[in-house]
Amino acid sequence: MSKRLSSGRLRMVSVLAAGLLVLLSGCDRRYLIFNPSGPVAEKELHLIILSAVLCAVVVIPVLALLIFIVYRYRDKPGNKAPYTPEWSDSKILEIVWWGVPIIIIGILGVYTAKTTYSLVKPPVEDVKPITIQVTSLDWKWLFQYPDQKIATVNYAEIPAGVPVQFHLTSDQMMNSFWVPELGGQEYTMPGMAMRLWLQADQPGTYYGSGANFTGKGFAHMKFKVVAKPQAEFNQWAKQVKKTAPALTEAKYQQLAQKGLSEKQTYSSYPERLFLDTIDRNGGKYMKPEMKHGGHDMSMMDHDNE
Amino acid sequence: MGEKAKGFFVTGDPLIYGADVSIIITLLGILVFLTYFKKWGWLWSEWLTTVDHKKIGIMYLVSSLLMLFRGGVDALLMRMQLAMPNTHFLQSQHYNEIFTTHGTIMILFMAMPFMFALFNIVIPLQIGARDVAYPFLNAMSFWLFFFGALLFNLSFVIGGSPDAGWLSYPPLSELAGSPGPGQNFYIWGIQISGIGSLATGINFLVTILKMRAPGMKLMQMPLFTWSVLSSCITIIFAFPVLTVTLALLFVDRFFGAHIFTAASGGNPMMYVNLIWMWGHPEVYIVVLPAFGIYSEIVSTFSKKKIFGYKSMVFSMIIISVLGYFTWVHHFFTMGAGADVNTFFAITTMAIGIPTGVKIFNWLFTMFRGRITMTQPMLWTLAFIPCFLVGGATGVMLAAAPADYQYHNSYFLIAHFHQTLIGGVVFGYLAGLYYWWPKMFGFKLNDRIGKWAFWTWNIGFYVCFMPQYALGFMGMTRRVYTYGWDMGWAPYNLVSTAGAFLMGIGFIFQVWQILYSIKHGERDLTGDPWNGRTLEWSIPSPAPHYNFAHLPAVRSDDSWWDMKKHRYGAAGQDEIKEYAPIHMPKNSGIPFLMSACWFVAGFGLTFEWIWLGIAGLAGIGICLLARSFQRNTDYYIPVDEIKRTEASIGRVV
Ligand code: HEM
Ligand SMILES: [Cu+2]
Repeated sequence: MSKRLSSGRLRMVSVLAAGLLVLLSGCDRRYLIFNPSGPVAEKELHLIILSAVLCAVVVIPVLALLIFIVYRYRDKPGNKAPYTPEWSDSKILEIVWWGVPIIIIGILGVYTAKTTYSLVKPPVEDVKPITIQVTSLDWKWLFQYPDQKIATVNYAEIPAGVPVQFHLTSDQMMNSFWVPELGGQEYTMPGMAMRLWLQADQPGTYYGSGANFTGKGFAHMKFKVVAKPQAEFNQWAKQVKKTAPALTEAKYQQLAQKGLSEKQTYSSYPERLFLDTIDRNGGKYMKPEMKHGGHDMSMMDHDNE
Repeated sequence: MGEKAKGFFVTGDPLIYGADVSIIITLLGILVFLTYFKKWGWLWSEWLTTVDHKKIGIMYLVSSLLMLFRGGVDALLMRMQLAMPNTHFLQSQHYNEIFTTHGTIMILFMAMPFMFALFNIVIPLQIGARDVAYPFLNAMSFWLFFFGALLFNLSFVIGGSPDAGWLSYPPLSELAGSPGPGQNFYIWGIQISGIGSLATGINFLVTILKMRAPGMKLMQMPLFTWSVLSSCITIIFAFPVLTVTLALLFVDRFFGAHIFTAASGGNPMMYVNLIWMWGHPEVYIVVLPAFGIYSEIVSTFSKKKIFGYKSMVFSMIIISVLGYFTWVHHFFTMGAGADVNTFFAITTMAIGIPTGVKIFNWLFTMFRGRITMTQPMLWTLAFIPCFLVGGATGVMLAAAPADYQYHNSYFLIAHFHQTLIGGVVFGYLAGLYYWWPKMFGFKLNDRIGKWAFWTWNIGFYVCFMPQYALGFMGMTRRVYTYGWDMGWAPYNLVSTAGAFLMGIGFIFQVWQILYSIKHGERDLTGDPWNGRTLEWSIPSPAPHYNFAHLPAVRSDDSWWDMKKHRYGAAGQDEIKEYAPIHMPKNSGIPFLMSACWFVAGFGLTFEWIWLGIAGLAGIGICLLARSFQRNTDYYIPVDEIKRTEASIGRVV
């Protein structure tokens, strides 16, 4: 008996230790979610921590109680602990354990609502945001810059400290656009443009990937988001404009074929490429508010020009 | 897809050739065995045509353990591929097929039949009934499940496995994304067995409402019976949604409609909504009966009445209702807007409340009890911490903006395995150990069982705890390979080791069963655990008609009460006359009709219309034949009852 219990305890301790390890190593750069590099990811991390703490408030005492009860009331000759085989309800206890979870969920619910609403707004209000149109292809990412009129494949450059509104669509399968250090993901779906606000506070290179399964080449749908100071970003855009080849209709057709692709940079793209992609994939049948992801209609002008 | 040859037989992969060979050898072995020992007649009259719930339960059980094996091998193959970065053990295509079949099999062809096994084996006995409400339909359900599962598994060697994920989102699952028969196998395999599941839901709902022993009020039913009732209600509302969704997908694929293809005006988001309107309730369908099992076991092995019976019942009903209003939490990232996400975040978290209450009630059932560490109890005690953490990560996932970061990552994978393994599988295993003596008349060996228990449990944590960390590191699910650059390698290696430990645990269990068949401790009392409910009042295994006299129930924990106050089957002095017992006759129609479904499904999978029509015609003929059968029941004469009761040592 005691042997069994001690191995049970051992397991518990090792589980807790593993959990702690994860938290302690949070400063480790590899834990992308614990290293938010922008306001969106930061808000999400705060909610993650809050929810973890609220859950721990219940989980840890209950685990302790479990160990205590199993130890105390085990069936062993000479166990002097009370035994009340018919005792089976108590109003007060029931109120306690309906009440405690209700309060905890109440608190978490309020913070969840707050964060959810705040994430559909630009992360900062006083900086003019930029727009990047993202198309997930099988199996690569195309980024178009409607302000700069340039395009890239499998990497994106953004100005640091500036809110970026990504307009997400897909030509073919439904994917999900995720840059963990900057913020959570959003689906890319054929025939519509979803909106996702992200922002990098500091210059840096951030890992991004497709998160929703799209078939054979899915595992290779990785990309980098490179944040640079605004001046350097402008410099880069100018450079691209000058030196890179154009993305023609024909080249896009090639790109849209199933297959992988290297990083690419283009100095221009067919004016209506993004809109055409949406329409061709069913956007023409969608109500405008569906086609444009519901909210933030004020930011729609880029897609419509 | 792509380069894969599209022949009838799947070719080109040594793993599959190996499987082909072993399948053929096994089949030959079975055929030779049956012929050599002249067992064909026995097989037909005792098993294939039976309508006895106990035998149907055993057939469900065997099938689900086989499927657990197949799903488990799938899992180990995946973990081998992921053990190290850049492994070339599986190709992308093969990996995609494997995770698709793994998920589908584990939920639909392992968890569901395992659950139905326990429904069948326990419910009629527990409520003091002689069979289910519709025994013929019950056999129908089993054979539909069986042939559905067979069809699905066939895709492995013929035509090619589905590869669009266990919920097969369009556009990937549409013709353009998944040409070839694999996706059709998925549709028809699930469709056929799904009809059976719906029928089982109806069957057991009616059984519980209508067939209880005289005197058993609703609020005196054992908690397992309550859990099955709530699970059945959920099945009845959820499964039709699945049937319709898959039918619509098939219409798209077969007739070239555009219900879910955006490019021609359809809407794939509709599919995602529909499939989760079934999918979320489905996870509660499988976990609710596990909750019921834990309740029975905790009470029995603490030798104490279950704590807070009313709140246990109430919380299960809340869960099965609330379970319909949470489906959007599976796609918070589809951009439904802040209002919708907030609503579904809160309903989802709210499910945590009744779930938490149940945990407290289990704890306080043990509090001031006397806890014995039998095998069922061990699995129950392992469940509590595991499910507690799994539920907590569920609540964390329910916080919508946090989910934007977890969704589709290994964090999610860790969560649902923790609830599905720690909650559902542990629960069914606990139930298996608990009711095994009732099914077969002997206990499963303790020593080997402990080995199995510890390897399973340690393996579980070693396998899945690192996956939470991997989620935080940005590793997405369904990737067949990854590089050294992200630092994912060590955790993946550890996780694979854990998976193999669980595999070893399963082998221990197989050994345990084989060993106990020979050397297991016989149970002659019918009540080896000092049980509290009616199934323990009759001999093990139960006679064909279950109860020679229908028990007269006066309280909850009815068998406990009978033993305490010495009445009913526990009374020495009441000897009543037997009366002839009304029973249903065996029938071959469920088997034949389901086989016709299989033929139809196979035809439609390959779009061989003639075969499809032939199968459907067969189904029609079976239905007709059944409706002209008048002679479907009989009475067991008093003599035979007397003889049976005497042979199992009961007073006559
Ligand atoms: C406290 C109760 C629970 C809560 C609050 C909860 C919450 C959630 C949430 C929010 C998700 C979606 C995560 C995402 O896709 O990003 C999820 C996924 C999932 N949960 Fe739970 N859950 C709970 C219990 C359970 C139980 C009891 C089961 C099964 C028995 C279960 C099985 C699953 C499965 C299978 C998935 C994901 C399926 C997939 O995407 O393929 N959960 N859960
Ligand atoms: Cu769910």
